[in-house]
Amino acid sequence: MTTLPLLTLLTLIPLAGGVAALLAPRQSKLSRLIAFVASLLALSCAVLIWAAFDTGKAGYQFGEHVDWVPSLGVYYHLGIDGLGLLMVMLSALIVPFAMLASWKIEQNSKLYFALILFLEAGLFGTFTALNFFHWFIYWELGLIPAFFLIKMWGGPKRTRAANQFFIYTLAGSVAMLLAFLAIYAATGLFDFTQLAGLAEKGSLDTALFAKLGGAFFTSKETLATVIFLGVFLGFAVKAPLMPFHTWLPSAYAEAPTGTSMLLTGAMSKMGVYGFLRILLPLFPTQMRAMQTPLLCLAVVTIVFSAAAALAQRDLKRMVAYSSINHVGYCLLGIFAAVQLTSDSVAWTTEKAAALNGVMLQMFNHGLTASALFYCVGLIEQRSGGRRGLDDFGGLRKVAPVFCGLMGITLFASLGLPGLNGFVSEFLIFKGSLPLVGWAAAVSTLGLLITAIFLLTILQRVFSGPLQNRWAGWKDLTTGERLTLAPVIALMFVIGIFPQILISVSNPTALAILKHF
Amino acid sequence: MLPLVPEEIVIISAFAVLLADFALVRRKSLPIRTAVVGLFSCLGCLIAMIWMARYQSYGNSTMLALNPLTQFLKMVLLTLTMIVMVLSFGARFSRHVGEYFALLLLAAAGLMLLISSENLLVIFIALEMLSIPLYILSAFNKSSPASAEAGLKYFLFGSITAAFTLFGISLLYGLTGDLQLSSIAAKLRTQPIEPVFYVALVMTLVGFAFKVAAAPFHFWAPDVYQGAPTPVACFIASASKVGSFFVLARILLTGFGPWQGSAVWEGLRAGWMPLLAVLAVLSIVAGNIAALVQTSVKRLLAYSAIAHAGYALLAFFGNSQQMLPALFFYVITYSLTVLGAFAVVAVVENSGSPDKISEWAGLSRRAPLLSACMFVFMLSLAGIPPLSGFFGKFYLFTAAAGGMPHLGMLWLVVVAVGASAISLYYYLQVLKQIYTAEPPSGSKIFHAPAAALLPILFLAAIVIAFGCAPGWLLGKLSIVLNSSSF
Amino acid sequence: MLAWTIYISFLGAAALVLLPAENRRAARFTALLTALAGLVVGLTGAVQYERQTPSGDVVDLVHASWIPDLGIHYHLAADGVSITLVLLTGIAAVAGVLFSWNIQQRTKEFFALYFALIGGVYGVFLSFDLFLLFVFYEIAIIPKYFLIASWGSTRREYGAMKLALYSFVGSAMVLVGLIAAYVVSGAHTFDLLELAKHSFPAPFQHWAFLLVFVGFAVLAGLWPFHTWAPTGHVAAPTAASMLLAGVVMKLGAYGALRVAMTLFPDGLRYWQNEIALLAVIGIVYGGTVALVQRDIKFVIGYSSVSHMGFVLLGLMTLTQIGLIGAVLQMFSHGIVAGLLFAVVGRMIYDRTHTRDLGELQPMNLNALAPFAMVTFVIAGAASMGLPGFSGFIAELQVLAGAWSVFPRLTILAGAGILVGIAFMLRVWIKAFFAENDTPKQAVHLEPTTLPERAGAFLLLGTTVLIGLCPGLLLNLISPTLHSALFQPLLKGGLP
Repeated sequence: MTTLPLLTLLTLIPLAGGVAALLAPRQSKLSRLIAFVASLLALSCAVLIWAAFDTGKAGYQFGEHVDWVPSLGVYYHLGIDGLGLLMVMLSALIVPFAMLASWKIEQNSKLYFALILFLEAGLFGTFTALNFFHWFIYWELGLIPAFFLIKMWGGPKRTRAANQFFIYTLAGSVAMLLAFLAIYAATGLFDFTQLAGLAEKGSLDTALFAKLGGAFFTSKETLATVIFLGVFLGFAVKAPLMPFHTWLPSAYAEAPTGTSMLLTGAMSKMGVYGFLRILLPLFPTQMRAMQTPLLCLAVVTIVFSAAAALAQRDLKRMVAYSSINHVGYCLLGIFAAVQLTSDSVAWTTEKAAALNGVMLQMFNHGLTASALFYCVGLIEQRSGGRRGLDDFGGLRKVAPVFCGLMGITLFASLGLPGLNGFVSEFLIFKGSLPLVGWAAAVSTLGLLITAIFLLTILQRVFSGPLQNRWAGWKDLTTGERLTLAPVIALMFVIGIFPQILISVSNPTALAILKHF
Repeated sequence: MLPLVPEEIVIISAFAVLLADFALVRRKSLPIRTAVVGLFSCLGCLIAMIWMARYQSYGNSTMLALNPLTQFLKMVLLTLTMIVMVLSFGARFSRHVGEYFALLLLAAAGLMLLISSENLLVIFIALEMLSIPLYILSAFNKSSPASAEAGLKYFLFGSITAAFTLFGISLLYGLTGDLQLSSIAAKLRTQPIEPVFYVALVMTLVGFAFKVAAAPFHFWAPDVYQGAPTPVACFIASASKVGSFFVLARILLTGFGPWQGSAVWEGLRAGWMPLLAVLAVLSIVAGNIAALVQTSVKRLLAYSAIAHAGYALLAFFGNSQQMLPALFFYVITYSLTVLGAFAVVAVVENSGSPDKISEWAGLSRRAPLLSACMFVFMLSLAGIPPLSGFFGKFYLFTAAAGGMPHLGMLWLVVVAVGASAISLYYYLQVLKQIYTAEPPSGSKIFHAPAAALLPILFLAAIVIAFGCAPGWLLGKLSIVLNSSSF
Repeated sequence: MLAWTIYISFLGAAALVLLPAENRRAARFTALLTALAGLVVGLTGAVQYERQTPSGDVVDLVHASWIPDLGIHYHLAADGVSITLVLLTGIAAVAGVLFSWNIQQRTKEFFALYFALIGGVYGVFLSFDLFLLFVFYEIAIIPKYFLIASWGSTRREYGAMKLALYSFVGSAMVLVGLIAAYVVSGAHTFDLLELAKHSFPAPFQHWAFLLVFVGFAVLAGLWPFHTWAPTGHVAAPTAASMLLAGVVMKLGAYGALRVAMTLFPDGLRYWQNEIALLAVIGIVYGGTVALVQRDIKFVIGYSSVSHMGFVLLGLMTLTQIGLIGAVLQMFSHGIVAGLLFAVVGRMIYDRTHTRDLGELQPMNLNALAPFAMVTFVIAGAASMGLPGFSGFIAELQVLAGAWSVFPRLTILAGAGILVGIAFMLRVWIKAFFAENDTPKQAVHLEPTTLPERAGAFLLLGTTVLIGLCPGLLLNLISPTLHSALFQPLLKGGLP
């Protein structure tokens, strides 16, 4: 089994599925089925990889390394470690979930499902690629289907939202591209592992300065910082980190439900993944040097987004801002872990805790946020398009199951112990409080505000008097229950047995820490 | 008189043709008269050509200098004349058919004599023998005031320049006591050069510069080309040019060889080279610039002729190997091309369109074959490969560039190349009208008469052939040049 | 074998002239057949060359004496660079025919002129005798004029004349340079390889190089001699724009490389910095002006000037990687520009009869013309130089080469890339993705036809293929640029 190029296969399945879905005859439901089957195939492939993954070994597994354009340092280099595995699994889970959520889309449905599959391929590719050339191709491959998904099936203000999304993300990507071109010009390398090796020895900065420095820069620190900022920008827009987040609320709000689930569930994790996989190994010194401003940004992200969520009247926008908030915790954890400390075991444990928390939070938030969007989508469907906070009330009476399941999701997002959100947030704070006390302390405000608005949702939507117009509200159908059930189950399972994930993430966290 | 038999044949044909017209076909209709008389004249030319091919008599005497080169050129001249005559079959501008063909034959005879001689006086006589029929022929179209004006202008201009030439010749005679070009050259070598010599040089050249239509002696050309009956313009533009250039070459190279001076950039020395350089530059510039604004096809061709005369003068700056082949290749192919172009103009005119470029609109739809030929002729004149005009220009420029050490004449080549590039504009104007403009509504397809179309097709084919495989003509030229002393 | 590309094209043109005028179908299929035949021959020749000549040296195809008096030979030969461009021509020719399928007016004349042009272009790329190269170069000028003047759109007669005159003047400059080289060398030959061995005196090279290079570079769109390009492209009918931007501009760059740079390496070094500066100005200028245009075709026309600036910059680096990048960019831009013009001209203009961004904005094209939109988006991404498309590798190589020689100019060029992204985004948003508050107008656009799709797939496929597997072309180009012919150029330059 290890001789099969599983990772390539993983990426090819959704690509092939997308093409097949496009070729299906227009009017039938066939394209939907093909797409769904493809996504399930991808899921099984991911499970296979998970099963074959050896949690004892640190480093990349299932590696593939083929010469592509050696004269330019371009190699087809794939590999997966704990982080990648978690992300792959997350994507593989969210995509079928999103497809089921979009099952009723009629207009141009085969294109819709094909685009989702291409997006999935882009996700898989990003999470497994280790050479900038094809990593970037996949990164962009994720961008374009998302643009079309928002533009063609979104809400009333979709054009502006889609354009904004596209331009912002593209700008970030271009900054990243230019930075990597500069790195290539200096080192002749495109390979992440090789570049990380250089950075570990401290020679990346020197190389950059040696080849590029003379023209404009006097100190190698400045040059390295400029290039760091370029790469940083790309990921900061994607994650997003405030103040590069302004594209997100509109994009998430205007996108159709399934797309929002994908956006928040998987695509936002691309940004955080980039921080961990690329930014941290390549630029540890710069991250350390800029730790304080970065922490400030993370804290601002956490607190302000929570506050903004509180101020919203549109349910979807609340969840959107809440997404920013939850990703903020991931960034807090990462920035905390770069703190300069002694090499003692205690500190390492804290840092490892933070990083583990980050990786878990990526996974958990992916699940809970997409579930939340799904639920909001259900509300929107049944109410004929309304999703205002104040439009509803007393839905618990007419849709108790729905209330229960959405309630669980809300609590998971909140971080209630026993559900998955708690573990990740706990680990992050456990790690960051000793490391960057002030930042962690202020961030707890975010936890508080989140709790407030999530409970507000619960109260306003489900409790209170039932409006007459919702008297005929239908509870969840069997299909919808079956769709939600696995996700809810996972929330419980991970909440009670987090070891499943931590066993995968911990070796990676330790490996990351070891290298800087 | 044996060596002059071809000329005699032609002269006799002239009178025979007059007689034939008077005696045989007087009562017949114009087309029949034209056809019969024309055929007779062609026959005369043909007999002359056959005689030349069979009995080659070479040799130098006091009056004549005959060698393979002159023989070859006479063949070319007679061919051109015959084509003009065939083109005249469709002409309806005059009832004096016999006189017309007789005058053409006399002019042709004059041309043949012109190139047969090395004696200045014989050259002058031949020049007049060529010019006077041409003056008359230019005014032949009695129903057109432009024709009369053309004839008059040609006559006045020609006579004055002839007077200058005669005066120059007499100065030379005074300086050297001889009229034979080679003797003049020998005598001048031994004597010190007096300033009068340069006056003589300039004056002698005036007449020939007039004949080849080089600026600033070109003012007759546009009016004559436009006003004269089109077949006559054909003849003036083609055959007359070939002969005139040959004589110019002969006079300059044989007569004034050592006094070429130098027109090298930053190395001017008095002689005929700087003179020619001035003539060349003026012709090229004046011809091209004036052509840019023309609305009449014939005037456009006239100004283009002036410019081409300028290009041809570049040959004189080449080294001894390339100078003459380049000159003759260019002049011969140019004559063929311009003959074809004028022929097309004649056909279009005869079908009723006045001579304005805008009247040619949509010709490609009305007469596709004719338009295709005009396409070839115009582009050859512009110097587009793979047509003969391109190679001719290329050879000229290469010869001129390499003539003097250290690329001394490159400045002249640059002027010529630049002007030639701009000339594409006005040739494209004609072609644009033919191919892209819409024909005026109600115009029908017209068929050119076979008598006109066949020679035109033949000429177009030659232009293409000489362009793609210039080796044939070049080979022939080098053979005749090598076996002649020049 | 490769020489047949030339002959097939001219034979095709002749065949088309002889067809009856009313039978458009016959004309179209003859044209398609001719183009495909040329492409197949090109591909076969390329494969053959790669197998038989791994060293990348020049391979003779035909070598016969033509005009011995002047030392002119009918010498056709090929090396990796020639073959790459022959392939480009083949692909562009087929695509052009497919996108001209709907021409109703005087169809056979259109295609006849088209193939006369293509034949001339093939000839230039395969000629190794300077006279012959010049002949083919000039042969290509006249068909261009008539294609634009008869079948073009905006100000076509003016655009056509401007193009013809600029090309002709440029070639006049080249002519003077060639004749001078012939005379000065004293070698009595016009053969490129022979003359390349001759070492011309330095002062001569200084001006001769400039003359010949600029003469060719006019056609390549070197700033500030580029002004024919936007006007000409806009005036031309779709297929002609595709060929103009795609292939004809490459004639200029190829001539600059093959003739000016090979014959006069010292002259090149003398003018290296100035020309590199002009190239970069072209990159930035082209992009900036494209940013403010209202007519999409002008945007693409100016973007062509910008992209060709990369080619010229790559040529000036005198490093192997820069030169390889320049040749690859010639190929890549040829395909991408062709695609962009095809979408704008054929898919949009022929249907909406406008190319003005202001007028297209309310039309909601992304719903009405989805195929055009997708094609244009992908083509635009390729034009921006995103990885996955051929332009990325090419621009990367050019920048890598340029960085070692002109660091400051490289940064400017990088800025040019950003401008390129900006203007493409602007066109995307305005033409396809504008916010429409007004309800969709009841406009019905013809669906995309089969030839259009075929052409689009051909071009898209090529750029993606080369983007993902650049080795296919790099294996042709790279050995040639390491071969003996290019050594004098590179020695003395930085690696």
